[in-house]
Amino acid sequence: MNWLYVTMPIAGVEVFWPGLVILGFGVGIIGGFFGMGGGWMVTPGLNILGFPMAFAIGTDIAHMAGKSLTSTVRHGKFGNVDYKLGIIMVAGTVGGFEVGAQMIMALERIGRVEACVRYGYLVLLSLIAWLVFTDIAKKRRKDREAVAAGRTVGALSTGIEWHRTFHRINIPPIIHFKRAGIRCSAWLPIAVGFMTGWLAGVLGIGGGLIRMPALIYVVGCPTHVAVGTDLFEVAISGLYGTASYTYKGRTELLAALIMLVGAAVGAQIGSVATKYVKGYGIRMFFGFAVVGCAVSIIFKLIAAASTGFRAAFDLAATILILGLVAALALYILIKFVRGVREELALKRNRLHQSPDREEKLV
Amino acid sequence: MRNRLAALALLVAAMAQAAGAKAEPIVIVADSRGFSGWQAWWTNLYNESHVLSALATVLIIPSVALVLGKATDLLMGRIGINLRSRELAEH
Repeated sequence: MNWLYVTMPIAGVEVFWPGLVILGFGVGIIGGFFGMGGGWMVTPGLNILGFPMAFAIGTDIAHMAGKSLTSTVRHGKFGNVDYKLGIIMVAGTVGGFEVGAQMIMALERIGRVEACVRYGYLVLLSLIAWLVFTDIAKKRRKDREAVAAGRTVGALSTGIEWHRTFHRINIPPIIHFKRAGIRCSAWLPIAVGFMTGWLAGVLGIGGGLIRMPALIYVVGCPTHVAVGTDLFEVAISGLYGTASYTYKGRTELLAALIMLVGAAVGAQIGSVATKYVKGYGIRMFFGFAVVGCAVSIIFKLIAAASTGFRAAFDLAATILILGLVAALALYILIKFVRGVREELALKRNRLHQSPDREEKLV
Repeated sequence: MRNRLAALALLVAAMAQAAGAKAEPIVIVADSRGFSGWQAWWTNLYNESHVLSALATVLIIPSVALVLGKATDLLMGRIGINLRSRELAEH
C-alpha cells in the first residue's frame, strides 16, 4: 500500500495522501458554505495525518487561498460578492492585521501573552455564538408576532439590526454598495476591516470566523453576500499569507496541491449549496461551528492543565473538531443533493408544461 | 482567600500557556537526494531561492485552483445545475 503515501519534498516525511484529499474536501465544503478559511479545522486534521506542524499553517493558508478563489468565482457568478466592499475592507484588514501582529510581538518581548490570547479567543467565540443565536431567536419572535398580527413575513426580515445604527454615521464619503444593497460611510467597512484584521493579527488566525458575522451585524450585508465577500477577502489575504509563509520556508506545496484537489471540488459544492439554504439556515449552522470551535479550545485548555488526562482531552479536542467537520460537511452535502434534485425536477416540470414542448422535442 | 485567588490565577495562566503550540524547527535546506523529476526540481528550487519558490507557489496555487474550479463547473453544468443565478433573496 505504498502508493497511498507520498513523500513531501521539503519536509521529507511520508503522508497518507487520500487523507489530505478528504480533509481538503470537507473543509472546502464548509469554507464555501460559511465563507471562511477554516484554519482551526485543518490543523488538527494535519496533525492526525502526521504532518509536521512547522508546515501546517503555511500549507493550510496556501490551500485556503486556492479554494477561496474558486469559491469567490462561484459566489461572484451568483451575485454574492460585493467586490467594492471587499476591496475597501481589505485596506482596513491589512492595516489592522499588521498592527495586531506587531502588538503581539511587542507584548511577547515583555512577557508571555498566550494566556490572554487564548482566553480572548474563547471570549470572542462565545460572543459570536451568543450574537448568532440571539439574532435567530429574535427573528423567530418577530416573525411569530408578524404572523399573529396578520402581517406577511418579509423575505428581508432580520433579528438583530445593529447595522441600522451604524448606517447613520454620516462621515463622507458615503458609498452605495450595490450588491450588498447598503449605503453607508466608507469608514464603516474600513473600521470593521481594521478591527477584524487587528483581532486576527492578535489571535493569529485568518479572520473569516470574525469577519463573516461582522459583515452581517455591523455592515449590514445579507448572509449570502457576507459569505461571498468574506471569501473574496480570504482569497486576497491568503495569497499574501502564502507568499509570506513560503518565503519563510513553512509551506509544503505538494500537500497544499493535494488538499486543493479535494478543496476546490468541496468549495464549489459548498458555494452552490448556499443556493438552496436560506440565510438564517447558514447563520444557525455557522453558530454551531463557532460553538464547536470554542468547546475544542476549552478541551485543549483542560488538557494543558491536567497531567493525567492530557492525552485524553487532546484526543477529545481533535475528535470533536474532525467530527464537527464531518457532520457539517455531510449536512451541507445533503442540502446540496436535495437542492439539485429539486432544481432538476422543477426544470423537467417546466419543460413538460411549456406550450412549445412538442416543437422542442421534434 | 487571597492565596487561593492567586493560585487560581496562576493555574489559569499555566493552562493557557501549556496549550500553546510547540515550535518545530523549519527546514532551511531540503534533502533533494531521494527525489527525481519535478520533485527534485522543486526541492532544488527551494534550496536555491526561497523567493523564487514563494513566487512559484503564489502563481501555481491560484492557477491550479482555477483549473480545478472550472473542471467542477463543467461537471456541475453537465448535471444540469444552474450556475448563473440564485433565486433566493433574503437576509
